[in-house]
Amino acid sequence: MPRGNPRHCSQTKRTGHLVDLMEFQAKELFAKHGVATTLGVVAETPEAARAAAEEMGGVTVVKAQVKAGGRGKAGGVKIAKSADEAESYARDIIGMEIKGLRVNRVLVTPATPPVEEYYFSFLLDRSNRSHLCIASVEGGVEIEEVAKTNPDAVKKIRIDALEGVTPEKAAAIVDEARFPAELRDQAIEMVQALWKVYVEEDATLVEVNPLARLEGDKLEALDGKVSLDANASEVRHPDHEQFEIRDEEDPLEAAAKDKGLNYVKLDGQVGIIGNGAGLVMSTLDVVAYAGEDHGGVKPANFLDIGGGANAQVMADGLHIILGDPQVKSVFVNVFGGITACDEVANGIKGALEILGDEAAKPLVVRLDGNNVDEGRRILDELNHPLVTQVDTMDGAADKAAQLAHQA
Amino acid sequence: MSIYLNKDSKIIVQGMTGGMGAKHTTLMVQSGANIVGGVNARKAGQTVELGGKELPVFGTVEEAMKETGADVSVAFVPPAFTKDACIEAIDAEIPLLVVITEGVPVLDTAEVVQYLEGKSTRMIGPNCPGIITPDESLAGITPHTIAGKGPVGLVSKSGTLTYQMMYELKDFGFTTAIGIGGDPIIGTTHIDALEAFENDPETKAIVMIGEIGGDAEERAAAYIKEHVTKPVVGYVAGFTAPEGKTMGHAGAIVSGSSGTAQAKKEALEAAGVKVGKTPSETAALMREILQKL
Repeated sequence: MPRGNPRHCSQTKRTGHLVDLMEFQAKELFAKHGVATTLGVVAETPEAARAAAEEMGGVTVVKAQVKAGGRGKAGGVKIAKSADEAESYARDIIGMEIKGLRVNRVLVTPATPPVEEYYFSFLLDRSNRSHLCIASVEGGVEIEEVAKTNPDAVKKIRIDALEGVTPEKAAAIVDEARFPAELRDQAIEMVQALWKVYVEEDATLVEVNPLARLEGDKLEALDGKVSLDANASEVRHPDHEQFEIRDEEDPLEAAAKDKGLNYVKLDGQVGIIGNGAGLVMSTLDVVAYAGEDHGGVKPANFLDIGGGANAQVMADGLHIILGDPQVKSVFVNVFGGITACDEVANGIKGALEILGDEAAKPLVVRLDGNNVDEGRRILDELNHPLVTQVDTMDGAADKAAQLAHQA
Repeated sequence: MSIYLNKDSKIIVQGMTGGMGAKHTTLMVQSGANIVGGVNARKAGQTVELGGKELPVFGTVEEAMKETGADVSVAFVPPAFTKDACIEAIDAEIPLLVVITEGVPVLDTAEVVQYLEGKSTRMIGPNCPGIITPDESLAGITPHTIAGKGPVGLVSKSGTLTYQMMYELKDFGFTTAIGIGGDPIIGTTHIDALEAFENDPETKAIVMIGEIGGDAEERAAAYIKEHVTKPVVGYVAGFTAPEGKTMGHAGAIVSGSSGTAQAKKEALEAAGVKVGKTPSETAALMREILQKL
C-alpha cells in the first residue's frame, strides 16, 4: 500500500482492500493484546530452522509462512522430532509453492499437542453490515465440513458494532459455544483479548483454528489468521507498515506499488489501463471475450489509474505494463467522467514522449464521455504509428486482442 | 418522479472548502443542483464563491439545516474524520446523507451503520459517486452531462460503470442513477434502491450493476424474485478476475456463496433478471425491454 500519498477523497482505488498477515505476524498481534500463544522463531533458511529447533529442544513444528490457507494439506506443516528433522523439513518447505505462492520462511515452534481443538473467529459480516463471531468446540482443519454437516455445532453470534464485546458478551459467546466449564474463565478472557486484536488493530478477520486445549487445561492460539483493513492502516496505524512483506510480490506489482498504482499482474497478453475499478474489471471481461476469437489471448493485468489520468500517471502505468514481456498490445480504456478526455489524450501524448523508444507495442485507445471530441482530435493529430483509436469498448477490445494475437 | 433526490432537494456540503469538496461543489452548482451552503467549523460565518454562487459556511450541520432548510448533505470529509461527520449529520436528522469519501476504515462505517438504526437519515456510500436525478438535482460527483431524464432506474456498486451505463442508455435517460459504493459495508444497498425504484411510478425498468465479492447481488436477486414487478437487467463485473487467495475459513462459513461473477449471474437469472456479459450487451438487453414498453 502506498504511503505518504494521501488520497483522501480521490475517488479511486483500493478501498475495501485487505492486508492478509502471515501466521507469525498474526501471533505477534495476539501476544501484543494478551492472547495466549507461542511466538516461536521465524527461519528463512534450513540452518536457521535447525538452530531454532536446537534452542527449543524436544519436538518442534515447522510451518510454512505464506498468505494462504490449506498449508497443512499442502505439506507445509511438519512435526520434527529432532533438530536434524527440523532442518530437513525446512529444506523441503522453503521454496515450495502453496496455492501459487512461494514459501520463503518457516515458523518453528515447540510442539504442543492439543487435547482438543476448537474454532474461533471475529469477522466483518458484510451481509448483516456488522461484526460476527463464529465459535465451535469442534475445530480443526475440517471446520468448513462441520459447518455444513452439523451447523448447530458452529455458533454464529452477531456483535453490535457500537457496543462491541463486553465481558458479559464474551461470557455469552463462551456459553453459547459450549466451551467446557473448566475452561470458561480462560475462554472469556481469550475472547475479549481477540476482540481487542480485532478492534484495536482494525482487523476484518481474526481467526484462531485451532484454538487448542493443551495438557493441563491451558487454552492457546496454536494458529492465527488476521486480515487488516488497509484503509484503517493508512488512516491510523502507521506501525502496520512493518507487516508488509515485499519478497512475495511480483516484481511488476512491487514497482507499481512504489508508483502508487493499483496494478495486479495476470497471465495474459493484452495490457489493460483504465479508470475506475469497476470499469477496469469490466474491461478485463470484454478483452477475455474478444480474445476467444483471437487465439485465446487474455488480459495481462489489472491497472486502475483512477480519476487523474495525467501524463505522468499514464507514463508510469504504461512503463509498468510495457515492462511485462508477455504483453503484446495495450488497451487504454477511459470513460471521461470527471476527468475530461482531452486531459487523458494529452496524458497519452505526454506519456509517449516520456517513454520514447520504450513504447514499442501497439496501443489501442478508446475514449468516451466528457470532452470526447477534443480528446479524439488530439490523438488523431498526434498520428502516432503505434496508436489506434476505436470508438467503442467492444470494438477496441477486439482490436487489442487481434493485435496481441498477430504479434 | 425519482428516488431520494429531486428538484426541491436543498443540498449542503460537509467539507465544501477542501480540494475535492470545492471542485465538486462547483460542478454540482453548475449542474443546476440547489446547493445552499457548506459546513466547516473553522470557517463558520464566512462565505465561499463556487460555480458563481455565494455559499454560506456554517459551523455545524444542524445550524446549516436550520438556516437553509437543507435536506441533503454530501460529505467530502477526509477518511479519518468521516465517522464523526456522519454521526453529526445523523444527529441533526438530515434526511439524506451522501458520503463520497474513499478510504474510510470499515470499522468506522460499521459503527455508523449501526448508529443509523432507528434514525431518520438515509445514508448512501461511503466510497461512492453519489446520486443524480437528471435535469433535477445532483448530490455527488456523477457528471450531469452524460444522460438526461428518462424511464430507467440505475443502481450500481461502481462509479465508472454507472457513467458507462448512463452513456450507453443516454437516448432513453434515467429517473435516478445511484452509485451505492463498493465498500464491504455501505448504507443504502441494492435492495433499498430496488425497493425505491419499484415504488417510483416513473421508473419503468431497472438496471442493476454489481461486482465480484460478497453476496449483495445474491440477496438482491432473492428480493427481486419476491418483490420487484418491473423488468430488471443486470450486469456483474469481474467474470475473468482471478480468484482471490482467501485466507481463513470464516468467509465460506458465513455466506455460503462463492462471490464469483458467475454465481451472481446465476442467482440473478434464477430470479428472472436478464444479465449481460458486457456493459454493451447489458444496455442492449435493456434497450429491447424499453422498446416494448
